Amino acid sequence: MYNFDVERPSTIQDAVKAMGREEAQPMSGGQTLIPTLKARLAAPSVLVSLTGIDEMKGVCLDDEGRVCIGGATTHATVAREAEAHYPALASLAARIGDPAVRNRGTIGGSIANNDPSACYPAGALGSGATIVTNNREIAADDYFQGMFETALEEGEIVTEVKFPVPTAAHYEKILQPASRFPLVAAFVAKFSDGVRVAITGASNDGVFRWAEAEQALSSNFSPDAVAGLSLDGSNMISDLHGTGAYRAHLCGVMTKRAVAAIG
Amino acid sequence: MTQVKMTVNGKDASGDVEGRTLLAQFLRDDLGLTGTHIGCDTSQCGACVVHVNGEAVKACTMLAVEADGAEVATIEGQANADGSLNVIQQAFQDHHGLQCGFCTPGMVMSAAALLKENPKPTEADVRHYLDGNICRCTGYHNIVKAIMAASGQDVSAIAAE
Repeated sequence: MYNFDVERPSTIQDAVKAMGREEAQPMSGGQTLIPTLKARLAAPSVLVSLTGIDEMKGVCLDDEGRVCIGGATTHATVAREAEAHYPALASLAARIGDPAVRNRGTIGGSIANNDPSACYPAGALGSGATIVTNNREIAADDYFQGMFETALEEGEIVTEVKFPVPTAAHYEKILQPASRFPLVAAFVAKFSDGVRVAITGASNDGVFRWAEAEQALSSNFSPDAVAGLSLDGSNMISDLHGTGAYRAHLCGVMTKRAVAAIG
Repeated sequence: MTQVKMTVNGKDASGDVEGRTLLAQFLRDDLGLTGTHIGCDTSQCGACVVHVNGEAVKACTMLAVEADGAEVATIEGQANADGSLNVIQQAFQDHHGLQCGFCTPGMVMSAAALLKENPKPTEADVRHYLDGNICRCTGYHNIVKAIMAASGQDVSAIAAE
């Protein structure tokens, strides 16, 4: 790891200011970024630690009944505190990485990084969440723009994520046994006005909504409704853990299982 | 260099560190607490698990400066005040929960964190909680058995000794 300065702001305002320094990089729990720095795949001059910002921590409900999670809230905290409001989201958080990783890793870090195999992007896109930054609100549909690509601008920080709560939802994943990231996972959320299906781990373009499955499930919410659907594997991640065609197949399997779990 | 101050196993500790200094390096190289092992250095194996403000974390994936002001607990602080092994450590010895011992500090620290939040875990709970602690010798059976025993539960029905 190359050396860097560390700033530890205690307010969002100070964090934004620190991000104005040359080659500054925000860091939340660091569970992805620190290994990335060790591999010298990133070499910022200044690391702005977001873990000391109390106004970016915690889980609460807003006036619209949305579950609002501060960007620097750990997975372990979401697993505990979102359980009563949005169990499917709490369950997603409770299954990221391992206990020690969940005590450090945060929702903001995961959403900002947008790893193509991460769990939270599926939860946010599948729920139709709103990503709140230090200067605007972005709909999840506009936010996730491709593998490790988001709508975030240079120096912009994810301060909060607001989740509308569906009537029922489930996150189903099959683990890649070495990394314990999802090989493929589906987040299915049933709202009164329709169904959303978000898939992670599969596409070269990162997390995506499976429109055909959403349509089919919106008119008939049963595993059979998606049984005849298939996705094209030619633009899916193909590696030693699975071919694109295999991942495309798993999209259907994970979606069906998620629907079956909701019942 | 930045000065960091923290409490480690109940005692004040301080030192000057670089931004990139990991908590694991600070504990081992600056404080000489080499019980916190660095195995994979990529936050997979869990040999470096310590407690920061009561929560299990991987010390190889946390910067020392981020532990400034924190209360840190390592394997060196786990024994009883008279130097005898604590309940978890003793159970690892009684049930042969280790072979080479490299993963053991992390296993014991993870077990302590688990039993704090779930004092009577099921066998499945223990196995699930140890997801981030890798042992290449034991096959886990005796580690799981030791943790179950440390929780005061009857382990006579659990296979493999």
